[in-house]
Amino acid sequence: MLSINNLHARIGEKEILKGLNLTVNSGEIHAIMGPNGAGKSTLASVLAGREDFEVTDGSVDFEGKDLLDMAPEVRAAEGIFLAFQYPVEIPGVSTTNFLKTAMNEIRKHRGQDPLDAVQFLRLMKEKMKLVNIDQSLLSRSLNEGFSGGEKKRNEIFQMAMLEPKLAILDETDSGLDIDALRIVAEGVNQLRSPERATLVITHYQRLLDYIVPDFVHVLYQGRIVKSGPKELAMELEERGYDWIKDEIHA
Amino acid sequence: MTPTINTYNHFKDQLLASFRLAEDRMNGEAKTAFHGIRRAALDQFDRLGFPTLRHEEWKYSNVTALLKEDFDLDASSSLTANDLTQLEIPNLDGNILYFVNGRYRADLSRVVSPASEVELLSFADAQKAEPELIGDHFSRYADYQDNAFTALNTAFAQDGIVIRVPANTTVAQPVILRFVTDSREKNIVSQPRNLILVGRNAEVTVSESYRTLGDGAGFTNVVTEINLERDARMQYYKVQNDTEQSYHIGTTQVHQADSSHFYSATVTLNGNFVRNNLNIVLMGQHAEAFMYGLYMPNGKQHVDNHTLVDHAMPNSYSNELYKGILNDSGTGVFNGKIYVRPDAQKTNAYQSCKNVVLAPGASMNTKPQLEIYADDVKCSHGTTTGQLNDEALFYMQSRGIPKDEARTLLLYAFVQDVLSQIKIQPIREYLEGVVRQKLGE
Repeated sequence: MLSINNLHARIGEKEILKGLNLTVNSGEIHAIMGPNGAGKSTLASVLAGREDFEVTDGSVDFEGKDLLDMAPEVRAAEGIFLAFQYPVEIPGVSTTNFLKTAMNEIRKHRGQDPLDAVQFLRLMKEKMKLVNIDQSLLSRSLNEGFSGGEKKRNEIFQMAMLEPKLAILDETDSGLDIDALRIVAEGVNQLRSPERATLVITHYQRLLDYIVPDFVHVLYQGRIVKSGPKELAMELEERGYDWIKDEIHA
Repeated sequence: MTPTINTYNHFKDQLLASFRLAEDRMNGEAKTAFHGIRRAALDQFDRLGFPTLRHEEWKYSNVTALLKEDFDLDASSSLTANDLTQLEIPNLDGNILYFVNGRYRADLSRVVSPASEVELLSFADAQKAEPELIGDHFSRYADYQDNAFTALNTAFAQDGIVIRVPANTTVAQPVILRFVTDSREKNIVSQPRNLILVGRNAEVTVSESYRTLGDGAGFTNVVTEINLERDARMQYYKVQNDTEQSYHIGTTQVHQADSSHFYSATVTLNGNFVRNNLNIVLMGQHAEAFMYGLYMPNGKQHVDNHTLVDHAMPNSYSNELYKGILNDSGTGVFNGKIYVRPDAQKTNAYQSCKNVVLAPGASMNTKPQLEIYADDVKCSHGTTTGQLNDEALFYMQSRGIPKDEARTLLLYAFVQDVLSQIKIQPIREYLEGVVRQKLGE
């Protein structure tokens, strides 16, 4: 589904991704771990299409199409969803109104009819239950005054509504307590399917107890330097990242 | 090009001559106390002259273009009901009163509230039928000593509306005042004078709107005096969606007694040159004043909102929120004065002005002025002027919303907390439509 080849990206003068390679197939869950500054958030940003980051080399293929050539809204319509690490607050725009607009723009792009109010509400009720999010949160301005946990749950709710092919979770677990973490993971797991894939970007292994990955990759100095099964995450938890750094520099 | 003295005084001289001519034609009226006030106001206008950029209160609002227009001071108009259909607001219900070139037109208006609920008189009629009413209130609130335009309006006060609500009465239907300038054949000066008296524990909603018909220049110089007695409550809306040839200078002066509530929204969506003065004197304790404003100058439009809140007594509350979206070469001004007098302890006064600038040619000047002489008060002011939040734009794009749509959504959200203050739904919906259209441009 997703094929990243020799990706180089920089922000301003600083090169952050230095030849990243990654392949993700349908039905798979990949975890990306790594020390701070490795480029985890940069990877998420580049995949989502943030203009601040310039791709200087390499390519990204999504379902056979050139992802880097697409505007962010087109990527969303093609089926990419980024759950932000720090979701922005948008006063005056309710989550409900926002999602309805987003979904109908995506449907327009795909040549589908827009959802009417009844259909939309029905879908919302279904997904609210799935992610265990309260109606009152959704009618308020997007993320305004939300706690960290509420913001992350709102991200997962939006993901449930938009049903993306590829979900990228950018440090979704940061700032969450165990209970919030469990609820978020529950939501993500409910959306698992053979047609979908998930990229979980995380600093800590803890989340991976709940969202069990098929593959774990270590991102270090802008490159994936080690890949392995889920046990690799446990090893990183016990030993930290130093041993990998030593391996690389040896 | 600096205007020559001739240009600068031409309009003034024209107005002075017109007054004297009308005065010569008067009989007994010239000797009334009412006319005495007008004469004094004219003399003051003569002394003051029109403001220049050197006047502190007019530093950012240049009236030169206004002074250069060639106005016909004859306010007659052949406007018919048919001509008004293009100005109608869908689904609007209530007391809809039309004023053409500053004169009340009963034939075009519709009054639905019973007289026991609210007295609606043209200012001209009130002058004849209830001179004591006028005598007691006319020019008691809006001071013309330092304000040339208020002096000018006071001098030429001939018509407008008088609204009187008796004590303990709630006026169920809104009073909608529509001021139309008929500039189809000549450039018009229109100077309505309004007086709104809300009795003890009474409640009323009044909306003023300004439109011009035709391509000619229209100058509206309006003064509205409002007195709220104890426990009175009022919603006051001033709506401007006018032509590229329109000039508007208006002063709304409000006096509030104990425990009265005044909610106002001033929405300026289109108009060549607009200056709104909103002055509120909280003469009583436990009074509340809310002032909301929205302006969206684009093209070469200019909107200037000057507000003044005078906390004369303790325990009162005022809250201002003015918001602007500036585009192209549009310019905006906000000057918010708050006075807290020495005895006004426990005053709560808040002021906020937020602006989004969408083009490098647009600009906004804001100046809060707080003079606080009491020591146990809570006052704050804040102003922001910036671009749209890039992070919010990207977030929306990442969810599938194209950049242009995201921009419009964000800007529309930005104006909502002011627009939502207009409780007359058809008017609010009409304004939302104008905003959407303007954002789409």
